[in-house]
Amino acid sequence: MDLSQIFIIIFGILGLAVIFSYNRMIIKRNRVDNAWSQIDVQLKRRYDLIPNLVETVQAYARHERETMAQITEARTRAIAAATVKEQEQAENDLTRNLKRLLAVAEAYPDLKANKNFLMLQEELAGTESKIAFARQFYNDSVMEYNTRLQLFPHNILAGLFRFEGRDYLEIEGLEREPQAVQFGSNQGGE
Amino acid sequence: MYRAIAKNKRNTWVLLFIFILLFAAVGLVFGEYTGSGMWGLGIASLVALLLCFGSYYYSDSIVLKATGARPAQKEEYPHLVHSIEGLSIGAGLPAPRLYIIDDPTPNAFATGRNPEKGVVAVTTGLIERLNRTEIEGVLAHEMAHIKNYDTRLATLATVMVGAVVLLSEWIRRSFFFRSMRGRTSSRGRGGHQALIMIVALVISILAPIFAQLLRLAISRRREFLADADGALITRYPEGLASALEKISAEPQKLKNASTATAPLFIINPFRTGGSSKLFSTHPPTGERIKALREM
Repeated sequence: MDLSQIFIIIFGILGLAVIFSYNRMIIKRNRVDNAWSQIDVQLKRRYDLIPNLVETVQAYARHERETMAQITEARTRAIAAATVKEQEQAENDLTRNLKRLLAVAEAYPDLKANKNFLMLQEELAGTESKIAFARQFYNDSVMEYNTRLQLFPHNILAGLFRFEGRDYLEIEGLEREPQAVQFGSNQGGE
Repeated sequence: MYRAIAKNKRNTWVLLFIFILLFAAVGLVFGEYTGSGMWGLGIASLVALLLCFGSYYYSDSIVLKATGARPAQKEEYPHLVHSIEGLSIGAGLPAPRLYIIDDPTPNAFATGRNPEKGVVAVTTGLIERLNRTEIEGVLAHEMAHIKNYDTRLATLATVMVGAVVLLSEWIRRSFFFRSMRGRTSSRGRGGHQALIMIVALVISILAPIFAQLLRLAISRRREFLADADGALITRYPEGLASALEKISAEPQKLKNASTATAPLFIINPFRTGGSSKLFSTHPPTGERIKALREM
């Protein structure tokens, strides 16, 4: 009699603990998924900006056809990418070529004075910084989620319900640190 | 860093609790003193509650009006809008609305009762003098205030201080009024009445001072917390550190700031040097910069 009551209480507590732990893992996994889609949103924004940018630059800098062709090609590849690895590769190419294009633009004073170009350049810089932030948030969420899966006793449930850890994401050239490079080009610095 | 945040949050709740007790005590003594018993406490609490309610819903628009802030247009400040959108993605928060104050003195503040209603206001001086990483540091600091519900707490604390001060002023006045009218009417209750009067007087003098000190302590703790949280969002404490250096080097005071709104700003807009640590709304900027550089 007494013993069965104790058992019921113990199982009740255990059951609640399992439900709580399971739900926490779901919440954290959803946060990772949401963070991932945030990156996608910003990457798409960048794809949308590129045709405009290429068109504007073409009007002034006719000699940079090769760079522009590479940008367009990398963009197409990034959009069509089937795996994360492929996409990473294409995004990296895209970032590198966009950097080169903007560096090249320095040589064309007319282009640099063009309002539309300046706006696109600011949009691009803003979007790239958002990609970096989205990646930071994604990696933070992954860290929280993975840590949860590895902690005892959650790791038992994680194995039971087949929760799998996620990989951290690296997009070359879009880390937060290179932002500091923009120091010099800002008005009113030191 | 994470443990410091948890400790700060707990301490803040303790402070707030003491604050409410203090307010209740003043109301109680007032009721006893006037002979209306619990009615004094009840009415005082009701008024305070109404004030809190009103400030809860309208504080942000009042503060924005008082500081003369206007909404920022994206065409006018594209990189500012991008920065705040980026930071909100990094922090996983809704993007706060951005306001501009036309003032050459660099400074910034945040308001809003929850992250969904968050507002960050910066001066034009801040946009002109600081570079991008520094501005991001400042914006992240303000967003941390919103995330931690500092903006709500600061406003509620402001209103509570106001209410306590008002109430004790009331007690003091009625005390002098009574003593002028003579004490023949209340001779029956004698010593008991005199004791209550003395206690009422002491509390009415001490309460506003305590209330003010509490508010300042809340605000100072929260500056360190917001610095730490802001650095967590940008991953670049140096940005905020050098921004603080630049802002505090500015000798001019902000035009549209008052003692009421001062605790809201990132750096005390009055810069009265020499005042003691106990009475300042912000921790010494040197200490904040040092803490940021040690992260």
